[in-house]
Amino acid sequence: MKRRTLIASAPATALVAATARAAAPTRVVLWHAMGGALGDKLQSIVDAFNKSQPDFAVDAVYKGSYPQVLTATIAAWRAGKAPSIAQVFDVGTADMLGAGRAVVDVYKLAEMTGVAIEPSTYIPAVRGYYSLNDGKMGAAPFNSSTALMWINEDAFEKAGLDPKAPLATWDDVIKAARAIKAKGAAEIPVMTSWPTWVHFEQFAAIHNVEYATLNDGFGGPNPKLRLDSHPFVRNLDTLLTMQKDGLFHYEGRDGKPSPIFYSGKAAITFDSSSIYGQLVKSAKFRFANAYLPYHQSIIKSPTNSIIGGAAFWAMTAPGRDKAEYEAVARFFKFISEPQNDAGWAEATGYVPVTLAGNDYIAKQGFYAKQPGGDLAVKQLTRTEPTKYSRGIRLGGMPEVRVIIEEEWESAIQSGTPAHKALARAQQRSQAVVDRFARALHG
Amino acid sequence: MERRTLFGGRLLPAVLVAPQLAITVLFFLLPAWRAFSESVQATDAFGLNTTFVGLANFRTLLGSPVYQAALLRTVIFCAAVTVLSMAGGLVLACFANRGIRGQSVYRVLLIWPYAIAPALASVIFVFLLQPQIGLLSNVLARLGIDFNYATNGTDAFGLIVLIAAWKQVSYNFIFYLAGLQSVPASVIEAATLDGARGFYRFRTMIWPLLAPTTFFLLVINTVYAAFDAFALIFALTGGGPGSSTTTLVVKVYRDGVINLDLGGSAAQSVILMALIMVLTTIQFRYTGKRAT
Repeated sequence: MKRRTLIASAPATALVAATARAAAPTRVVLWHAMGGALGDKLQSIVDAFNKSQPDFAVDAVYKGSYPQVLTATIAAWRAGKAPSIAQVFDVGTADMLGAGRAVVDVYKLAEMTGVAIEPSTYIPAVRGYYSLNDGKMGAAPFNSSTALMWINEDAFEKAGLDPKAPLATWDDVIKAARAIKAKGAAEIPVMTSWPTWVHFEQFAAIHNVEYATLNDGFGGPNPKLRLDSHPFVRNLDTLLTMQKDGLFHYEGRDGKPSPIFYSGKAAITFDSSSIYGQLVKSAKFRFANAYLPYHQSIIKSPTNSIIGGAAFWAMTAPGRDKAEYEAVARFFKFISEPQNDAGWAEATGYVPVTLAGNDYIAKQGFYAKQPGGDLAVKQLTRTEPTKYSRGIRLGGMPEVRVIIEEEWESAIQSGTPAHKALARAQQRSQAVVDRFARALHG
Repeated sequence: MERRTLFGGRLLPAVLVAPQLAITVLFFLLPAWRAFSESVQATDAFGLNTTFVGLANFRTLLGSPVYQAALLRTVIFCAAVTVLSMAGGLVLACFANRGIRGQSVYRVLLIWPYAIAPALASVIFVFLLQPQIGLLSNVLARLGIDFNYATNGTDAFGLIVLIAAWKQVSYNFIFYLAGLQSVPASVIEAATLDGARGFYRFRTMIWPLLAPTTFFLLVINTVYAAFDAFALIFALTGGGPGSSTTTLVVKVYRDGVINLDLGGSAAQSVILMALIMVLTTIQFRYTGKRAT
């Protein structure tokens, strides 16, 4: 009897499946900030997802820079037309976690749709950055990188330095910079991209230094910044003194200074691990990467660095149905699969965000082909994240970054000592953080 | 009487005025109202929590040294751009007004910069003066001049004044040229016969006759520098280095669109709106007086 029913119903089941396949897939929109080659690669991942199953389709739309995507997403949400998925940059994380019913946290998305997204799949430093204080995930990590020190080996040899000798501490860096300047081996001995990300946020992480109270903002709504505390002053003072001595050149904000290093004018720079591909393409000199240097007076053995980059957030909109959320969840799951994660990382220079993705890359022998290619992951995972090396969870972080850059720039121009510049930065930034807390909690 | 027969009833005039009124309401009054209402509220970016805070946003603003500095910077910027661009326009107009061969070619060429989009004007100067790749900056570096608008605030401020003025010279040129051409030739000839020449003739005869044009341009240029220069500042420096090129409009944009402080940004817009109103009132008052 049972068997007969089964046989009888078989054609019917096949028919249902066939109609489902023929019906148009549930389409969801993704807004991102990946221009150029990165955008092409993202599109190919989206295409692969759309081909991998018949029920869901993602439409990826390039919306401009990170801030533009965030602003457009917020405006669209207020108009009831938010995209299903928005790519939001690292410093927008607190704003998104504070966005209440505008956003569906990834753990809720998993509960709602039954698509399991396991936090333990992700590299701890990546997971921590996008998690709530209790370890539940808010966003789906995607493009992540970390900061490294990059070395122009030709310039080092010209200065009579051994490019293979490690520059572990700032004292080592200063010594090398002196030699480079004395020999005129490079126009710029030391420079940096992303001044605040590298020399404040990454600095705090690897030195296990408190950036803000309440576990760098993870633990509560109104943290107090610690920008004027001793370690930050010590670090900025080092950089300002080096600038005065002509050893360090401040070359501008964000990623704008990067081309200077590509052109070979500088001997040492600090930049994202993701510039590797660009360097391979355009550098006419031999280069290498190294861990970020540390101050021995602050820490004996540095902790893990934190990530930068962006993650995908699931957005709500009136009338959005369960199938659409399921599409989002399935897409998040898809990009976290080892071969997809690895493919993205290998093509772009971002780090793999999952542990399995990292193993996959290592097994393929990719790291053996690209010396130093695994340094970023090693630096991210060299210790278990502490409460100060998990990430920074502060509202208004984009503005805080600009404030620090402004105060740093005016200190260079007017010769203000580091402690005064940081006292001002602290005061102005705290006002921003307070305003965020007030707006959020009334 | 006659007008009544022309526009019989109330419907036709209403229909004729409606499109203009609709545009005014949609694009001017509604946004202005939104700015007003936002300026007395504190709200998060997504608009989930909105609280009425009265004039707190304005108090914070006016008490903030950063805002005061931006205000002063804007005043200096406007004054510098206005003086430079008007002087440039006037000098060029005086020369182009002389009987020289190929007059019309000069005139057309002088008007060109006005047709360039502001952001593009900045890009042109980036190609010329970018510290690493600029054509001119390499020449300057060889002469031992270290011009770097990316790290030096004074250089940056000077450069945006220069670009903003350069773009506006054309506009002033057109108006001054028209002004000069409307100075009656007989007056000039009479003065010349009486022995007035050169700069003396300009100062005592032409300059006073150009006064209405000058006044009009003064207001227009101030408004231009205060508001329309946004695109070129934003494209060139984004307000930096430090905050040395952050004028009031740049700050409105940055606080509102990038920093998502809607209340504070709206309060700044309201202050700007008030300033514009004052300027326009002054202009109407004075030009009205001259007309009568």
